Amino acid sequence: MTSNGWLQILFYLGVLSLLTKPLGIFLYRVFERKGTFLDPILRPIERLIYRACGVDESKEMDWKDYGVAMLLFSGVSLLLLYLIERVQFWLPWNPQKLANVPSDLAWNTAVSFTTNTNWQSYVPESTMSYFTQMAGLAYHNFASAAVGIALAIAVIRGVARREAKTIGNFWVDATRTLLWVLLPLCIIGGLALVSQGVVQNLEPYTQAALVESQTVDAPGPIGTTAKQPVTTQTIAQGPVASQEVIKMLGTNGGGFFNANSAHPFENPTPLSNFLEMLMIFAIPSALTYTLGRMTGSARHGWAVWGAMAVLFLAAVFVTYNAESRGNPLLQGVDQTPSNIQSGGNMEGKEVRFGIANSSLFTTVTTDASCGAVNNAHDSLTPIAGMMPMINIMLGEIVFGGVGSGLYGMIVFVILSVFIAGLMVGRTPEYLGKKIEAFDVKMAVLSILVSSLTILIFSAMAIVSKPGLAGISNPGPHGLSQILYAYTSATGNNGSAFAGLNANTPWYNSTLGLAMLFGRFLTVIPILAIAGNLASKKHVPESLGTFPVTGPPFTVLLVCVILIVGALTFFPSLSLGPILEHLLMHAGTTF
Amino acid sequence: MTKETIIAVRFTLLTTIIFGLLYPLGMTVISHYVFPKQAEGSLIRKNGQIVGSELIGQAFTQDKYFHPRPSAAGNGYDASSSSPSNLAPTNHQLIDRVKGVVARLQQENPGVPIPADLVTTSGSGLDPDISPAAAAFQVPRVAKARGMSVEAVQAFVASHTQARTYGFLGEPRVNVLELNLDLDSSK
Repeated sequence: MTSNGWLQILFYLGVLSLLTKPLGIFLYRVFERKGTFLDPILRPIERLIYRACGVDESKEMDWKDYGVAMLLFSGVSLLLLYLIERVQFWLPWNPQKLANVPSDLAWNTAVSFTTNTNWQSYVPESTMSYFTQMAGLAYHNFASAAVGIALAIAVIRGVARREAKTIGNFWVDATRTLLWVLLPLCIIGGLALVSQGVVQNLEPYTQAALVESQTVDAPGPIGTTAKQPVTTQTIAQGPVASQEVIKMLGTNGGGFFNANSAHPFENPTPLSNFLEMLMIFAIPSALTYTLGRMTGSARHGWAVWGAMAVLFLAAVFVTYNAESRGNPLLQGVDQTPSNIQSGGNMEGKEVRFGIANSSLFTTVTTDASCGAVNNAHDSLTPIAGMMPMINIMLGEIVFGGVGSGLYGMIVFVILSVFIAGLMVGRTPEYLGKKIEAFDVKMAVLSILVSSLTILIFSAMAIVSKPGLAGISNPGPHGLSQILYAYTSATGNNGSAFAGLNANTPWYNSTLGLAMLFGRFLTVIPILAIAGNLASKKHVPESLGTFPVTGPPFTVLLVCVILIVGALTFFPSLSLGPILEHLLMHAGTTF
Repeated sequence: MTKETIIAVRFTLLTTIIFGLLYPLGMTVISHYVFPKQAEGSLIRKNGQIVGSELIGQAFTQDKYFHPRPSAAGNGYDASSSSPSNLAPTNHQLIDRVKGVVARLQQENPGVPIPADLVTTSGSGLDPDISPAAAAFQVPRVAKARGMSVEAVQAFVASHTQARTYGFLGEPRVNVLELNLDLDSSK
């Protein structure tokens, strides 16, 4: 680790903390309809959308109707994406004449983008047309992010409201997220990325004449290889920046290219890298302030932010430390950091990012449910590769996905006040609401669904032929690849130990199910909690109330998160990355 | 329920038009006028012909050129098939591959430690850069092949070494394609 590396990490957290309050207030004003400077432009468009769709914006919904509307929107838009993929050959903006997507892959991809996962079993630049990328995939980056944020706002209303039957109108919350929050940030952020070199065009792939022509091995007749001269380089193009920016802001993470944010056309400079990381955490971080503001306890919002920051720094430290040490199995290689090289484990990393920015990006993208990568997670040293898995296993609640991070964190907050209540022997309360059996049951259900999905599917894969067939790195790392895949799918993250050959009927179908369970089965109990909390009476704070502000609460919250995570996943992690770490230092290869 | 389904269908279609078509097409038009060079891929033209992109690495194997990092994209630096190696740190394929590269580089510059980035593949397989250490490692070979003095080649490297952005963001780096083009044109 170097001091310059830590300077970059702390600068990142510092800028994030400065953004939190202004953006949090803006979100509060958008969803509480307090008026913003954008209203004169956006209000007419908003009204037009409601009129065209038949939405009554004054009508509020209870938690069940809210959930139904959310599911209907997700279902319909999923089907449309599936359809676009299946007929893309005949649609416009397909200069490379890419074929229609096969059914199992199209289904997996449709589920993946609808659930905000963006798991990709395919190589985008040779599979998806520009039309599919724009109207199908990038559109879902907007849609799934809007769903996540709308749900978070509904859950916050549940906590904030007293003796209320409703928690908002899904269509209104989704529309306002799209117009007020995502669109303006995408236009500004997208142009900033283009200025750095992210491409934005609809041209066919560029043919460049190589400076030095090469000879490569190409498959010859019947199983032989023949030397073949290569004189041109085909450079993939596309409307990348418009998708890159929402991929980050919406914590989606699906790359326009196979290499994702390691690709120089997605992430060309250290500055674009910094902006992309900032975009991932911007809205999730701001939502903590919105939570404090809407519930009337700004200090509670900051206490939650504090717990997130602690867990974030811990994860960066472990990842960065492990990667800086490099790979002890590489002989004769200088992996020491210096002024003229970043050193460390450079396999799968870009020179312009080096170890510090790769470790930071890896932590940010898995703390959130983003899943964009600027380095190859499969090639991380074992302990560094374990960290993204842990980040996702904890529920992506460290800032987390847009919306999903906050409502996931509220589940842990409810568990924390419940445990504190047990310790002092009183009915637990959360911001003036009694937490009762129903709320705790639903909170535990939400956590159990995702843990069970990860562990059961992984267990099925490691005892089945098609599951084992996907492994590309043998030894304990093979288990890590499978565990990572189901963790990422269930957590709707989308990053991968990408050597795993997942474009098979087995993985496409089981990972598709894991994504659906991880998205929808976890959020329905949370909506139920929101509906139940909204209907409750306010109980004034008393001496026996455990305060949900300040350092003691932050510490308790961090402990609850870590204990739940450790008890659930330590056994499987010890057989994967921890075992691989020990064997690597004993000099074993596979 | 039927009423909500109709809303869902209309909402999906309408927002697809706004966010799936109008937004990216609008961004394409604006980018084309505001940042034309970047939007089309920061392409490098020589005598009117496109010879590559500033941002995309190319393969070089001759002694007179600086070599980029090993690449796992297609047959190497295939910019229509970006990819990392995805080899685990304990995979013997990785260890063997690195051994091979190390053996070759040690002959070229005996006794000098080999910088990590020169023996490892990048995250994209298209990394346009090498570290200043990896450039310095190759200076003697390039100088000999071109019949230039080591100092002269070092000066070329220095002029193509990009420092950290604002002095602290990212890592210092040398763009291989630009450096090689500059060396060629100086003849």
